Parts: sequence; C-alpha cells; structure tokens
Amino acid sequence: MLGKLTWQAIPLGQPIPFAAGAFVVFGMCAVLIWVTAKGYVPYLWREWITSVDHKRIGIMYCLLASVMLLRGFSDALMMRSQQALAFHAAGYLPPEHYDQIFSAHGMIMIFFVAMPFVIGLMNFAVPLQLGVRDVAFPTLNAVSFWLTAAGALLVNLSLVIGEFARTGWLPYPPLSELTYSPGVGVDYYLWALQISGVGTLMAGINMVTTILKMRAPGMSYMRMPVFCWTSLASSLLIVAAFPILTATLGMLLLDRYVGFHFFTNEAGGNAMMFMNLIWAWGHPEVYILVLPAFGVFSEVVSTFSGKPLFGYRSMVMATMAICILSFSVWLHHFFTMGAGADVNGFFGIASMLIAIPTGVKIYNWLFTMYGGRVRFSSPMLWAVGFMVTFVIGGMTGVLLAVPPADFVLHNSLFLVAHFHNVIIGGVLFGAFAGYSYWFPKAFGFTLDERLGKAAFWCWFLGFYVAFVPLYVVGLEGMTRRMQHYDRPEWYPWLLVAGLGALIILCGIALQIAQLTISIRSRERRREPTGDPWDGRNLEWATASPPPVFNFAVLPIIADEESYWGIKQRAREQMRLVTPEPQYQPIEMPRNSPVGFITAFFAVITGFCLIWHIWWLVVLGLICAYITFVVFAWRDDSEFVIPAEEVARIDRANREARAEYLREFGR
Amino acid sequence: MSALPIALKRTAASPRFRCRPISVTPAGNTGLRTPGSVWLVRSPCVAMASLLLGGCHLAVLSPAGPIGEAERTILLDALTIMLAIVVPTLVATLAFAWWFRASNTHARRLPTWAYSGRIELIVWSIPALVVFFLGGVAWIGAHELDPGRPLDSSAKPLEVQVVSLDWKWLFIYPEQGIGSVNRLVVPAGVPLHFLVTSASVFNVFFVPRLGSEIYSMYGMTTQVNLQADRPGIYNGLSAHFSGDGFSDMTFDVQAVTPEQFSAWTGTVSTSGPVLDDAAYRGLLRQSQDVKPYTYRAVQGGLFDDIVMRKLPPGEGPPRLEN
Repeated sequence: MLGKLTWQAIPLGQPIPFAAGAFVVFGMCAVLIWVTAKGYVPYLWREWITSVDHKRIGIMYCLLASVMLLRGFSDALMMRSQQALAFHAAGYLPPEHYDQIFSAHGMIMIFFVAMPFVIGLMNFAVPLQLGVRDVAFPTLNAVSFWLTAAGALLVNLSLVIGEFARTGWLPYPPLSELTYSPGVGVDYYLWALQISGVGTLMAGINMVTTILKMRAPGMSYMRMPVFCWTSLASSLLIVAAFPILTATLGMLLLDRYVGFHFFTNEAGGNAMMFMNLIWAWGHPEVYILVLPAFGVFSEVVSTFSGKPLFGYRSMVMATMAICILSFSVWLHHFFTMGAGADVNGFFGIASMLIAIPTGVKIYNWLFTMYGGRVRFSSPMLWAVGFMVTFVIGGMTGVLLAVPPADFVLHNSLFLVAHFHNVIIGGVLFGAFAGYSYWFPKAFGFTLDERLGKAAFWCWFLGFYVAFVPLYVVGLEGMTRRMQHYDRPEWYPWLLVAGLGALIILCGIALQIAQLTISIRSRERRREPTGDPWDGRNLEWATASPPPVFNFAVLPIIADEESYWGIKQRAREQMRLVTPEPQYQPIEMPRNSPVGFITAFFAVITGFCLIWHIWWLVVLGLICAYITFVVFAWRDDSEFVIPAEEVARIDRANREARAEYLREFGR
Repeated sequence: MSALPIALKRTAASPRFRCRPISVTPAGNTGLRTPGSVWLVRSPCVAMASLLLGGCHLAVLSPAGPIGEAERTILLDALTIMLAIVVPTLVATLAFAWWFRASNTHARRLPTWAYSGRIELIVWSIPALVVFFLGGVAWIGAHELDPGRPLDSSAKPLEVQVVSLDWKWLFIYPEQGIGSVNRLVVPAGVPLHFLVTSASVFNVFFVPRLGSEIYSMYGMTTQVNLQADRPGIYNGLSAHFSGDGFSDMTFDVQAVTPEQFSAWTGTVSTSGPVLDDAAYRGLLRQSQDVKPYTYRAVQGGLFDDIVMRKLPPGEGPPRLEN
C-alpha cells in the first residue's frame, strides 16, 4: 500500500536531522496557521496563488529563492562548522549526514536559489522593459513557477521523510547507482529536478517567445535593453541545455528503477558518458545563471552613473558570443580523466576564449562609469563589489582552464573557492543588485538604504574571509567534501573560513532586518512617481507597483534608451510631453489555479515515485492530466478592464509625474 | 617560462618551507604526527599566529618532483600573465568609481558619451591577446605534461598498479610481485609509472607534492607518470568524493633511496598475506580507515582481471531486503 515508506523513514533516532526536520515542519505549520487565522487565505489564493501576472510570478520566484537561500545557507554553516571542528576529530556530523548536507547545499543553491532568483528577475523586468503587458504564455508561466516550487518542496521533504542524496550536488554514477546508493536520497534528487526541470524549460520557452515576438512598437532588437538581451541569451541556453539534463537524469532513473545499464559498472554501462552529458548541460547552466546577472549590472551601472551603457553593441555581441561558446567547454570539468593532450588543450583554449567577451563586458561597465555621475546607492555597491570580485574569480577560472594547473587543483578547495567566487560574486551579487534595484518598482516603496549598504559590506567582506582561505587550503592540497582531516596546516584556514561564513550570516540577518523594517515603514517610503533611481528604460515609465496591465497604452519606442529620451524632453519643458492618451479597454488573462493544481499532483506523483507507491503515482498522473484537459477546454480565458478604470489608474500616475516635473522646474 | 615572481621562488626554496621529516626507515614508519605539530594546532590562537608568521606548507607550490615543479611553473606563469592585466583593471574600477562619484566637483562629466571605436578595439584586443598568450601556455603545457607521457629519464620507470576500493587504496608492484594497502613506498629519483583503475566508484589518485591527479574508473585504466626527487613522506589522497568512507582514503607516499626500496620489497615479500582471488573479494567489501599493511605476493594478472571486469565490482553497502 505504501511502497517502501515505513515509520523508519522518519529520523526519530537522529537528533540533528530530526531537529532540522521538526523546525521546518513547525515553521511551515506556523506560517499556515498564521495565514489562516488572519484570514489571508482568500486574498493569497486570489491575488497570488492563482495569479498569472508576470510581476507576481516573478516576485514569487524571488521569494522562493530567498527562502531556499536560508535553507542552503544553513547547510553551508553546518559544513563550515564541521570542517572547523573536524581536525583530528569526528566533528558533530557523521559522514552519512555531512554527505547529505553538502549535496543538498550545492543542489539547492544552484537549482532553487540561483535559478529561481534569475528567472524571477527576468519574469518581473523583461515584459516591463519590452513595454508589453505580459509574457507570451501567462498561465504556462504560473505552471513553471509552481513546478519549480514543487521540486523545492520535495527536496525539503527529504529532511523529514527519508534522506537526501549523499553523492555530491551532481550525482555521478556509479556512486549514484542502486548498488552504491540504495536509499531514497538519489531518487529525491532526481525527481525533484525532473519536476522543476520541466518548469525551468517552460519558463525558458516562454521568455524566448516573449522577447522574440512581443516587443512594444518600435523596439527593434538593437533597441532592447541589455537585460533583455542577456535574458534572451540565458533563455536560449535553457531551451538548449535543460533537455540534456532531463535526458541524462532520465537515463539514471531508468538505471535505478528498471534495471537499465546506461551508467552502471555492470553490463557495459559507462559512467563517463554521464560526466560528459551532465556537463554538456552543466557548463551552459553557469551562463544561464550569470548572463542575467550581467544584464542587471548593465542596467544598474548605467542608471547609477547617469549615462547610457558604454559600447551597447559590443555588449550585445559579447553576450551572444558567451551564449554560443558556453556549449564548447564542458570537458574542462574533467581534464584529469586522462582524455589526452589534444583534447585537453582544445578545451582549455576554448574555455579561455570565454574570458574575452567577459573581459569586454567588464571594460564596458568600467567605461560606463567614466565621465558619469556615480551614485553609490545599494544596487551600485553590489555592482562595484561584483566587478572587483568577479575579475578575481574569472582569473582563477582561467587558471583552472590551463590543463597542467588543473591537474593539481581539480576538485580541490581552490576549485570550490573559484566557483563560489563567480557564483556569489557574480550571480548572487547580481540577484541582490536586481532585488534592491527593482524592489521599489515591484512594491511602490523603497528599501532602507542604510541596512542595505551594511548588508552589502557584510556579504562582501564575509565572502573574502570565507573563500580566500579555501584558495589557500586548495593550494595546500586539500580536496573538497572531506568530513574530517588530520593535516595541521589546513586547520587554521578552515577556522577563518568559518568566521567568514558568520560574517555572511550577519549580512543575511541585515537583509531580513532591512526587508522587515522597510515593510513596516512603507507608508513613509512611498514613491509616487515610479522612478526612484532616475532610470533609463521603460520599466520606470509606469507606476510603482505597475498596474496589472503594465502600460495604459503601449509605448512607441524611438531610440535605445526608451524612457530616457522622453524624460529628458519632459524635464526641459517641465511638463509631461506625451498628451493624455485615448484610453481603451484592456484585455488581460484570467487568473488560473492550473499551475498550483498541477504542481500539487506533481508533488504527489514525485513523492510516490520516490517511495514506490505505484497506485498513487498513477492516480497523481491522471489528476495532473485532467487538470490540463480542463484547462485546455476553458471557454473564457480573458477579462476586460474598462477604459474608465485604465484612465483612473493612469491619471493618478501621470499626476504624480507632473507634480515631480513642477518640483523639478523650481 | 621562467617568469616566476622572485618572492615566491625564494619562499619555495627557503628552509621555512620545510617538507615533512625525512627520517624514513625501510619498513616504513608512518608516525608523522609529531607531538609538536599537534600541540601547535590544538590552540587556535597559536595556530593563527603560526599562520601569520608564515609557517604554511603550500603543497602544490612546494613540489617534490619534476611534474609538480613544471605544473607549479605553469601555474605561476599563468597567474603572472593574468595579474598583469587584472591588477590594472581592479585599480581602474575602483579609481573610476571613486573619481566619478557624484560628489566630486572636479570630475569631468560626459553624460552622453557611450561609444569610442578606439576603446572598443582596445577592450577586445587586450583580453584576446592575453588569451592568445595563455592559450599557447595551455596547449604546450597540456602536451608536455600529459599524464600519460613518460618522463625524460635514463632510469627505468617503476611500474605501480593502483586500484581504488571502497574505501582504501591498493598498490600492486607487478615487477616485485607484492602489494600494499594505503601506503605507497617508492624509490626517490626514479620515474614512477602508475596504471590506475577502480574496483567500484570513481576516485582520483592524487599526491599533491608530486603533481598530476588522475581519475580511477571501473573497467578502465588511466595512467600517470610522476617522480619524487628526494626521499621524504608525501601525503596522498582521493580527490573525488566516493562515499561515506571517502575522508579516510588517504595514504602516505614514502620516497626512499633505491637501496632502501629494494630492502623494503625484500622485507615485504617474506611475510604477510597473499592477495589472490579470494582475498581480493574480501577487499571489495566496504571498510573505512584501513591501517596500512602489505601483501607478500599478488596473484599474477590480478590488475588486468579487475580492469577486464573478470572480477565483480565493489559490493556497495549491505542491501536491505524489501
């Protein structure tokens, strides 16, 4: 009846997993009870859970990423404290727990923090920047989000019921095969990613279609903001790379569930094929994450320097070059597999080539600042912090691309330090820059700057204190994923790294404080014009938060910086230059619970696949299919916002902007 | 290829940068944890002080053999080439950001300046030139230091067959017909040719102070050529996560004089168990933190049988029947 599921799956006898699991369950129950008691459920259902508004979905993606960041960071703290304690000692985490923790840390940080954060920012900002009302497939967008959330839920279920993978964040066979990992951990990993991977692929398709087909009149490709370009490149990579991931994990699933031999030791399986396939996805994945971050930095550096982006065309070219080159470098993840000199040399050089367009980007941001009037608001701090940190991370990356250097640094903590250097310094700083940059747009009030800057400095400093020591122990020959060690020269550095993690913890605490305090004082922080940073692109041309239809009338684009030109003319004339438009009724897509319901059944199906509860798997699949059929047969998919309502909303914003211009004139 | 920063070169050679003690007896004494070093790090404060005073051993940067030497040279060369461009970039970033701050009344403002063909040319060509240069280093380095390439030496290489097991290392000396678990004794100054395979999951054979790592994979062999120039004890480990017992997959490499080496092989071949089919099947069972021991004889062709999948792969954890 319940497959492999028994009471033994609940870690009652193991204090640390039990406490962690109980904490999560307790936290979730507390939130649910609070929401219900306050009577927020109908509001949440109506306005958020069933929403197909790209802005709401983008915000929910970012919220999911933030919550999962807390989970992933708890894992990081446990790893750092374990290694700080485990010199000539067993530490407090036995190998079977420690192995789950580093596997979960990597997997969560990539798939459920970095990915949802960048997809969330793309979802929120791209349609606004393109001057359109929504993404190409609004309901599909909701399905994408909820499937990602379903995957995240499955990963966290493994805390409470059963175990998580003990294989590292990529489940390399043969270790991840049934012989060596007979438990449910790898199955949790695989099904969580298969489900969320479908969501990610659909999000990519949605974004590509939106950018290629749905731009405002006059917005040619070469007038798109750079963030749209990087989002396009990233989404194209998603469309090209995620099917590889799904297929690879699918093969591993076939091995584990029905006795295939793609990657097993027996019967002619070849685990090296998994390495090649997983990195054929894995390396583009790095650019899926970092390209949108580059886009955010382009927006931020240009806005806060008060200048157009230097070398726009170069920037576009560099972005697309990275997009293509990213598929030709996967082998540098296993130079030490004995592939031979020509192969290693080729992939070494190919990897270095990516440094050229990336270097160009750095210089273009540099020259964007040149001659500017640089304001160090918190998004700009993240951007400058990124430029400094990313250059160093890029340098160590190119170092690892030199095969003979990689021969002594592969899999060492030097490598760990390198990819944290680019993922924290690039992707996460980019996500935080985007968060602080677009938060006033999303909610209509600004975040507390003092706390935001303090959080930046903690993250910035904490990063260096945590990861420079890892570079050093890497050079001292320390490999990654060690649960204990007896080398005295590593010990002091690992203590310092632990201290760095604590400094980052302060940064996270300050970010939580910043959000809480800003929400509590939101009335004081209202920003009526919708343009708090003196922005240059279209998202700043509408109200904050933008109305559900984004733009009362679709803007007509005449140059590269779509909003800046209009704003400059308005400032010169000290009045709004566009006359009040002829308001028309607007058709918008109806809310739909289909995403939530599909995800609900996906969780059930995934969970039952993990525990071999076959009858419920079938039932879950049937219900998910019925959901789809019911949705496909809907009659009435749109509703109309009357012209008077559009006029009322738009006039309020026009009035605020006119007021600002009168102030500006004085 | 000798553009080493002087300071680093000197540090590497200075006595402060000592390697592990060189008091090795032929039978192999692994008592490396001198009471002094244990005491030293027991107290974090003292450890910090030692850190700041520079008592660190950057294993990869203080190699003990020609491969490690060459890899260090390439690593530092590549780093130097990149620093030549990275440092000015970092300085320029901070300088531009600071000089053009909004409150600076002296800065020249160019609010519409967004294109310059000359600068574009420069910003594309600087990274391109660096990569062109480094690409050469990478290509030549990949060939000269290909792990499978034999060392230039007049001495005949010592053959060692390496098998990674859950979770221990088996070293077979086919010419001597002996075997050793979790300890590798080699003659110093003699090229070493390792053939590496795995009995179960992936591992990486790595001795940081000797140089190149190489994967060990079931049903496949990889090879790596290394050499220890001087007698000494060098730490080896697995550099690829392989399961719960991974952290204890460490081994000592004891480089001894050729005379001591032949004395050692003589001693080993007179006592201890024999590694035959049955004994090997025992090794396939998972075990952790295995203390080093030796085999006086190893069944001929055992390594080939493992590689050719004539012997079963590692058992994995005991299976719970459902």
